[in-house]
Amino acid sequence: MDGNKTLYTITIFSENTVGVLNQIATIFTRRQLNIETLSVSPSAIRGIHKFTITTFSDDEEVMKKLVRLIDKRVDILKAYFNTDEDLVHQELALYKLSTDKVMEHGSIEYLVRKYNIRILEANKDCVVFLKAGHYEETQGLFEELADTIGVLQFVRSGRIAITKSKVERLSDMLAKWEQQRNGIGKPENLVQNL
Amino acid sequence: MNRDNQTPLTTSLSVETETIPGSEVLIRSLMAEGVDTIFGYPGGAIMPVFDALYDHKDKIRHILVRHEQGALHAAQGYARVSEKVGVALVTSGPGATNAITGITDAMMDSTPLVVIAGQVNSTLLGSDAFQEADVIGVTQPITKWAYQVRRAEDIAWAVSRAFYIASSGRPGPVVLDIAKDAQVLKCDYAYQKTTFLRSYHPLPEVEEDKIKMAADLINSAKKPFALIGQGVILGNAEEELRAFLEKGGIPFGSTILGLSAIPSDHPLNQGMLGMHGNVAPNIKTNECDVLIAIGMRFDDRVTGDLKTYAKQAKVIHFDIDLAEMDKNVKTTVKVLGDAKQTLPMVTRLIENKSYPEWLEEFKPYEQKEYDCIIKNELYPENGGEIKMGEVVNKVTEATQNKAICVTDVGQHQMMATRYFKYNQSRSMVTSGGLGTMGFGLPAGIGAKYGAPGRTVCIFVGDGGLQMTIQEFGTIMEYGIDVKIILLNNNYLGMVRQWQELFFDERYSETHLKNPDFIKIADAYNIRGRKVTQRAELDAAIQEMLQHKGAYLLEVVVETKGMVYPMVPAGGNITNIILGNGYTL
Repeated sequence: MDGNKTLYTITIFSENTVGVLNQIATIFTRRQLNIETLSVSPSAIRGIHKFTITTFSDDEEVMKKLVRLIDKRVDILKAYFNTDEDLVHQELALYKLSTDKVMEHGSIEYLVRKYNIRILEANKDCVVFLKAGHYEETQGLFEELADTIGVLQFVRSGRIAITKSKVERLSDMLAKWEQQRNGIGKPENLVQNL
Repeated sequence: MNRDNQTPLTTSLSVETETIPGSEVLIRSLMAEGVDTIFGYPGGAIMPVFDALYDHKDKIRHILVRHEQGALHAAQGYARVSEKVGVALVTSGPGATNAITGITDAMMDSTPLVVIAGQVNSTLLGSDAFQEADVIGVTQPITKWAYQVRRAEDIAWAVSRAFYIASSGRPGPVVLDIAKDAQVLKCDYAYQKTTFLRSYHPLPEVEEDKIKMAADLINSAKKPFALIGQGVILGNAEEELRAFLEKGGIPFGSTILGLSAIPSDHPLNQGMLGMHGNVAPNIKTNECDVLIAIGMRFDDRVTGDLKTYAKQAKVIHFDIDLAEMDKNVKTTVKVLGDAKQTLPMVTRLIENKSYPEWLEEFKPYEQKEYDCIIKNELYPENGGEIKMGEVVNKVTEATQNKAICVTDVGQHQMMATRYFKYNQSRSMVTSGGLGTMGFGLPAGIGAKYGAPGRTVCIFVGDGGLQMTIQEFGTIMEYGIDVKIILLNNNYLGMVRQWQELFFDERYSETHLKNPDFIKIADAYNIRGRKVTQRAELDAAIQEMLQHKGAYLLEVVVETKGMVYPMVPAGGNITNIILGNGYTL
């Protein structure tokens, strides 16, 4: 984590074609930007994929240029960036602990309550915790577990995010573009709310 | 591949279909796009396409080059002079990798190309098969669009998209990588042109308020100055530009690629911008109050140090590509859109004006440049070795400024762009962004096919010519009437110039021991003449222009000639070296 820089979340909607990730990654590479987290999945609109990427930068102008370059690629429908205040965002983390160590530690009720942990698996070898939250929260739990019980395995997902604003920008744009297409296709049938 | 909500599949149309092999689909699709000329080179993975081409020789002319790089540059030259999409056809693996330089060059200079490469059978993809290369992986960063076709039924669809993407908006190269089995297997054929892609919007909507803001700013200007780029030519907006500049009385300078957009002798034309551009437009860029950039991208060879570039001016940027806005220079008004649309909208709102005093301010610099540099470069009085600029000037005069000027890269390129004159658009073909040595000869070949009625003069240096000299074979085979002017100083002159100025005259690896170029040309049945004396020059140029067919005019020029003026790379655009002890 870089103290002086802002964490930006870049959201990208793309056609579901082979090689889009490569095109996006190249643009980050050329601008010497490190991808902190990456999450890709089908969006609410059939055939359109959504990328959520986080990256640090000390310059909003760089982010503007970045999303314009991404947006320019033929297979990209729309790219934009936000800072955390515009977003509801979440990450998931899984923690695998030794069952013996957990038993030695005694009660874990305190941890479960403090961190709102879900227990996904408990067997004679291991216990698996799930925690959803912001980076600081999943990291906080990791550090406490590492200090007290020991963590056998740890994995954190890329960030997923949704904007707090009322209007979903992509669906509006799709509707507009479809209307521009000389009446071909009916926007109301093609566009669903995200 | 998911095609929901996209251009409908051809098979779903109520058009009569026919079942034919993929290779035949490809050729018919190209014909449907109006292609009549292809530059290419065959090989294993593209053989079915060449076989299909054999049946359509009457409709599609294939020019067999001698190296794939030549095919690409020829397609570029063709596209640059003709407004059409250039098409290159190469095989997989080395065929495609040899095309990379030309593809990158086309990307940098916004040249519409469709490059079709063969690929190994789809079943072999990813197995390191013979002549397999990851062409999509390699070309994605250097193309507008790169797509691998693995099924015959996708070929027509992909070609249709390729032409739409290459030619619309800000043009650029597209690569289609077609697996061999897709070329062989049969499928239904019906062609539909692409006119819409939901993820791609080549023509941005014009924002009326920006038009108004631009016009207000121009109307308030005391010292407006315009920068003209190739975007004007690519958008066919030369007339609109002229009307705009003339109504506003706005003096302008041009980037290298924008050079022929407006005739050289236009009274508002202040010449070329940038590192080896004219003195007055560079100086005045940093003195104007409103800087109007039209279809240009503030390349570092134009701007020099951005921290000192046009800081006093309010900047208006007309461009079709949003990603160019504020990329290098922060603008006051961004007029996004096609210049053919936006310029007339602004022209309507601006006042009829002229700025005689402001125009007068350019003149002392113009005179200074003439006295210190141009006079001696074009009309040397004290004898001595032949000057590069002198040759360019004699050629442009002998062609009444009507020829197409094609250049390679280096000192001769700067001399050609500085001293060649134009009275018609699409007359300058040079590698601007990438600076590709070896570009000139094949690009000139393509230019001749793109504009067969015009004289094509190719200026090359002794270094660059030898990078694609094998294309003499193409000239010989097809009897292509190009006039090749070799300015031979037995040096990699531009690098030598930098060594002289910035590396203590340490001429590391820039001297060339050259072959007898006239003998080489003769071996290819190309008429040639070597000129070493000034007195022979005029007659030799006349002989070249009157000769029917290709001609190599080798002129032995000043060994250590320098291109001045010069703004050192990354320097302030007004810190101009005039050379020969002169200062501004």
